[in-house]
Amino acid sequence: MKSNIIIPAGEIKIVVEHLNLHYGNKQVLQNINLAIPEKKVTAIIGPSGCGKSSFVRILNRMNDLIPEARVEGRVLIDGENIYDKDVDLVALRKKVGMVFQKPNPFPKSIYDNIAYGLKIGNHRSRAELEQIVERSLRQAALWDEVKDRLHQNAMKLSGGQQQRLCIARALAVEPEIILFDEPCSAIDPIATARVEELIHQLKKDYTVVIVTHNMQQAARVSDYTAFLWLGELIEYDRTEKIFTNPANKMTEDYITGRFG
Amino acid sequence: MKSSVKKSHKNLKSQLTQFTGFLFLRLAVYSVLFILLYFFYDVGSQGYKAISWEFLSQVPKRGMTEGGIFPAIVGTFLVTLITALFAVPLGMAAAIYLNEYARAGRLTRLIRLSIRNLAGVPSIVYGLFGVILFVNMLKFGTSVLSAGLTLGLLTLPWTITASEEALKSVPDSYREGALALGATKWQMIRTNVLPYSIPGMLTGAVLGLARAAGETAPIMFTGAAFYLPFLPRSLKDQFMALPYHLYIMATQHHAIDKARPLAYGTALVLIVFVVLFNLGAILVRARLRRKWRH
Repeated sequence: MKSNIIIPAGEIKIVVEHLNLHYGNKQVLQNINLAIPEKKVTAIIGPSGCGKSSFVRILNRMNDLIPEARVEGRVLIDGENIYDKDVDLVALRKKVGMVFQKPNPFPKSIYDNIAYGLKIGNHRSRAELEQIVERSLRQAALWDEVKDRLHQNAMKLSGGQQQRLCIARALAVEPEIILFDEPCSAIDPIATARVEELIHQLKKDYTVVIVTHNMQQAARVSDYTAFLWLGELIEYDRTEKIFTNPANKMTEDYITGRFG
Repeated sequence: MKSSVKKSHKNLKSQLTQFTGFLFLRLAVYSVLFILLYFFYDVGSQGYKAISWEFLSQVPKRGMTEGGIFPAIVGTFLVTLITALFAVPLGMAAAIYLNEYARAGRLTRLIRLSIRNLAGVPSIVYGLFGVILFVNMLKFGTSVLSAGLTLGLLTLPWTITASEEALKSVPDSYREGALALGATKWQMIRTNVLPYSIPGMLTGAVLGLARAAGETAPIMFTGAAFYLPFLPRSLKDQFMALPYHLYIMATQHHAIDKARPLAYGTALVLIVFVVLFNLGAILVRARLRRKWRH
């Protein structure tokens, strides 16, 4: 199979080398080689079950939670292999934040949700906490909607607000990379538009990796796009190129809706 | 041809089947309710005659045909307290380990299966085990301590199972969310799993304790006394307990007619004790729910 995988211009934040992922006897990802640029949005697209969610969960080692998962190869973030034995998972997950497919606010107040990652980390003063909570909510474009009810239970927010809350919660611990695992699959189109606008803003300061099954979304928000198919990386290029002039026939078939 | 949505003889059969089916289910509920209500009526109407301030506050007198059951009330309270102090923390800790830390494998499954099976072991077997372990080997003697610990063993399978169910009811997204924010496993459990599972854990624990408070077999060899006109002064003393007292009054007493009203009174007090216990658990649970859910 002829594949087209480029190395993006500019600073590279994440390098994935010869990555294989197995769940028990089943191989989920096969020999993935990929360089993800800093302060850009990289989209991972592909049909259901192609391994795209598994792939982002490699980047903050959430796959460690699955007992039968086995990872081979290297994942370098700022030159450090995050699968080395001496890696501090707490430090890794503070550096690589994650927003999940289904909004998962904790059944605590809005304030406590945002402050969660800070409270379990270093002790900070109340004033500092309040400042970070406000800053994070502003960054996630949620502040104006919730500033008068910070101590209300976060479960009462709408689905779209909950997802922005989860983004704010991830931002509060000051990560460098944010992983989005199909962040809009459980929210309505208007809420989706706001999240996409937000992702656009975030790339000024953060490296963003977003998994999506929505190709228009990938085209709208990302700078680079990787197309995964049955656990293999088929094509990786500038988003513009992928969507206008893909090198691979399968990529073309997929983005034009011929399969998937 | 247009079809009608009105009832007709064509679907009469399925309507009839449904009607009889529901009738049987309804009867099942009513008969259970009837038995329960009759039981409460019987114990209540016979028992309340025996209840008086004297009955609740005095020691038994004249070969237990007069006087009260105060030592048995205190004894049951004390022994349940020891059971709770022993079984609740241990049961919760074991459940946390099994559900959050232990690798899901054959060994864990075996342990879990054994625990479930222990819940079905007859209570007299726990009683005999308590004699061997606590009374003889650990030399606690026949005492409040031995009886409390024996009841604790009896309660543990219930506490562990209920606690595990409570932990399982916490969505995994709370766990993942916490870990993704850089929480350690213990921080994740402490701040994002336990708070939401404690109401369920407590409910399970209290149901187990209520069951233990009413047990006779495990305590009759390990510490409960036939008759003691005074209260236990230390954990190594023997004690009187409501269920054992009831058993004696109902089956072992020489003057059965004189003892029967007192037996009914004792039964009523025991039932009220257990009901109050459950009520307390419901209140605690409702409060915690309000605090942590909406």
